[in-house]
Amino acid sequence: MALDEQQFRQQAQDWLTENFPPSLRGGRFIMPHTQEEGSSPSADYLLWKQRMAAKGWSVPTWPSEYGGGGLSIRQAEILAEEMTRAGAFNPIGGLGIMMLGPTLLEYGNDEQKARHIPPIVRGEVEWCQGFSEPGAGSDLAALRTRCEDKGDHFLINGQKIWTSFAHVSDWCFCLVRTDTSVKQAGISFLLIDMKTPGVEARPIELINGVSHFCETFFTDVKVPKENLVGRVNQGWEIAKRLLQHERSGLSSQRNVANVEQGLPHLAREYVGTDDAGRIADADLRTRIVQHMMRQEAYGLALKHRNAEIEAGQDGTAPMSSLKNLGAGVAQELNELAVEILGHAGTGNRGPGFSNTELELTSGWLYSKCFSIYGGSHEIQNNILAKRELGLPGA
Amino acid sequence: MIVLSEEDVMLKDMANGWTADRAPVPALRALRGQLADTGFDPALYAEMAEMGWPAILIPEEFGGVGMNRVSLGLIAEELGRNLVGSPLVWSAAGAVSALTLGTNQAAKEALLPQIANGSLAAALAIDDENHHRPHTISTTAQKYESGWVLSGAKRAVPDATGVGLLVIAAQLEDTSPALFSCPVDTAGVTLTSLDRIDSRGAADIVLDNVSLGPDALLGQGQDYLDTVLDSVRAILAAEMLGGTAQAFETTVEYMKTRIQFDQPIGSFQALQHRAADMLGEIVLARAAVYGALQAIDAGDADASRQVSLAKAIAGDCFRTMAREMIQIHGGIGMTDEHDAGLYLKRAHVLDHTLGNAAFHRERYARMLDI
Ligand SMILES: Cc1cc2nc3c(=O)[nH]c(=O)nc-3n(C[C@H](O)[C@H](O)[C@H](O)COP(=O)(O)OP(=O)(O)OC[C@H]3O[C@@H](n4cnc5c(N)ncnc54)[C@H](O)[C@@H]3O)c2cc1C
Repeated sequence: MALDEQQFRQQAQDWLTENFPPSLRGGRFIMPHTQEEGSSPSADYLLWKQRMAAKGWSVPTWPSEYGGGGLSIRQAEILAEEMTRAGAFNPIGGLGIMMLGPTLLEYGNDEQKARHIPPIVRGEVEWCQGFSEPGAGSDLAALRTRCEDKGDHFLINGQKIWTSFAHVSDWCFCLVRTDTSVKQAGISFLLIDMKTPGVEARPIELINGVSHFCETFFTDVKVPKENLVGRVNQGWEIAKRLLQHERSGLSSQRNVANVEQGLPHLAREYVGTDDAGRIADADLRTRIVQHMMRQEAYGLALKHRNAEIEAGQDGTAPMSSLKNLGAGVAQELNELAVEILGHAGTGNRGPGFSNTELELTSGWLYSKCFSIYGGSHEIQNNILAKRELGLPGA
Repeated sequence: MIVLSEEDVMLKDMANGWTADRAPVPALRALRGQLADTGFDPALYAEMAEMGWPAILIPEEFGGVGMNRVSLGLIAEELGRNLVGSPLVWSAAGAVSALTLGTNQAAKEALLPQIANGSLAAALAIDDENHHRPHTISTTAQKYESGWVLSGAKRAVPDATGVGLLVIAAQLEDTSPALFSCPVDTAGVTLTSLDRIDSRGAADIVLDNVSLGPDALLGQGQDYLDTVLDSVRAILAAEMLGGTAQAFETTVEYMKTRIQFDQPIGSFQALQHRAADMLGEIVLARAAVYGALQAIDAGDADASRQVSLAKAIAGDCFRTMAREMIQIHGGIGMTDEHDAGLYLKRAHVLDHTLGNAAFHRERYARMLDI
């Protein structure tokens, strides 16, 4: 086992040396939406994307049958470690990878998998999530977007909200109501092409000035029947599974990209050091250290969970705990970053503020949503109280 | 990678069953007030020795079982659940590490087999004053032809009253620290037992020109001392994790049974969410503690940092949980009759043992040059 790990590590290193363009070292995943804001990816970025796609390492653990990497969780971990060491990153991401892919692999039929999975692996098709509605947030099953069976197609009418990247997505996986007489048991799971007539996405501006998410309207939208995943009215079961993938994806993802060299480095630069070389503000230093320790322990908890799953056990740590911890640690990091910046962390746009400063400030504002989306902190706690702790009336 | 082996799970289950059966919290209560003698029940320690627990880290050639820190940590976790009084941690992790990491072959041969079979229990006398400052030890050791002479005072040495062997930290003439083995009945050693809030044994020790043989030196140097201390700190962190887990489970059980406003208090969302948040804190503490134990076993270069991570996080976590335990129990939690106070007291003492959370945060920070 250990020997195999060593061998795989070597293979990964060799492959990265040969294939990762050095010009991208220290770079990061570029969300497709940022392309329209003028920072289109470089030729090297596209080359790197193409190579990772061909290798299937954009989704290292997905089956190779559909273009995935076919690796074990442990191998994927090693790959991630080697990528970090090489300054490399996964150039392919998005909701298709985090949520829809794993769900479709489980619930999709053969045609759906063959049609939709490979383009997700290659990062060619962007997906958005049409779950929330104005009247259905935490109480998601209250959703009302109607889906009528018209014989050879479904007809969709209704409104979604907070649909991240709907305006730049090619497809949407959507929860729709197929039975109004029951709540959870009247929901179905549909795949909708965003170019279908009657679909309209209107961006909503977030507190950091960016428009990530949209109101999405469906007016007499015709959807082919082959786009139904699972059976009619099986949607809630599938959605719950997808939300597990979302929680797990959100908890393992590090929302910390902006502070590349770490908080101590940032603090030394903006706050200075005392005679002993320590961060000058003793109280701030303590809180930075406290944060780093939580971050490290959280990393160990994720590693622990991966190792357990790899060994065929259930994870000891509940997913909802990890989601809350991950969100908390990331929010803490963003809070500390802007505190360290002082006045430099108050900018809306330049001049007077560097790009990094503006990104950190905007990132701090954005980080407030980590405890809202993917099931809010309170909703995760409700789940824990009920399922993990067996508390009454929860 | 941090997954418990079947062997480990069996060991943990066994320790769990034994502590629940033989050394539940009432056993600690029964000991209260008789602490001047031992601070623990020697019969219980003998049972632990029969199960091979003090021998876990001892190599087979010295009569031990040669298992790893994770195994000992799991046992400590279970003992921590029931606040079991015993000198196991200090003997099996403290004295054993002082011996095995040291260079004194004669001492290993003489002492390890006795520790392994439980006939000799040990305490570790490190602190000279009210705070843990292992880099400035004021107790001194002077070398003479006939051996060593130790002078100084040791503060609040855990479990010192019931054991046969003291492992004492003292400063050599070149100012580097060293550990010495010293039978507790050596002339010039005076113990004054303390009555501490956690109902466990502890003593102040005066060392008045204590003469020891040339073989008393077990090892020396700052690295050596730090490694020995880390070995104990990781086990103490495991003990704190166990105490936290039990305090948590007891509290969640109470939330299901205590009725107010015609419903279990556990149906109130404000309390549910505090419990759910606490569960997350325990997830962090467990990851840090198992991570540290494994880092030591694997000889990781950053094992010391991982130990400080574990000791600080487990210390904070146990304290917070003990506070929550009292709060959520309400008035009953404030009574001596209820266990909540015992957990708070133990959390407080354990946090202060071999460096509290603040000490270990500072140590962690320095290791990362922050
Ligand atoms: C940045 C961002 C991106 C998003 N992207 C998407 C997306 O792509 N697709 C999509 O479908 N949705 C998306 N969402 C929506 C997200 O899932 C919802 O915001 C979330 O489920 C909460 O719903 P709500 O906003 O209606 O708040 P509400 O449900 O109204 O909640 C308001 C407050 O009440 C609390 N609350 C609600 N119910 C309970 C309860 N039972 N007990 C205790 N407290 C409770 C909540 O925790 C919250 O604090 C996104 C949200 C954000 C912020």
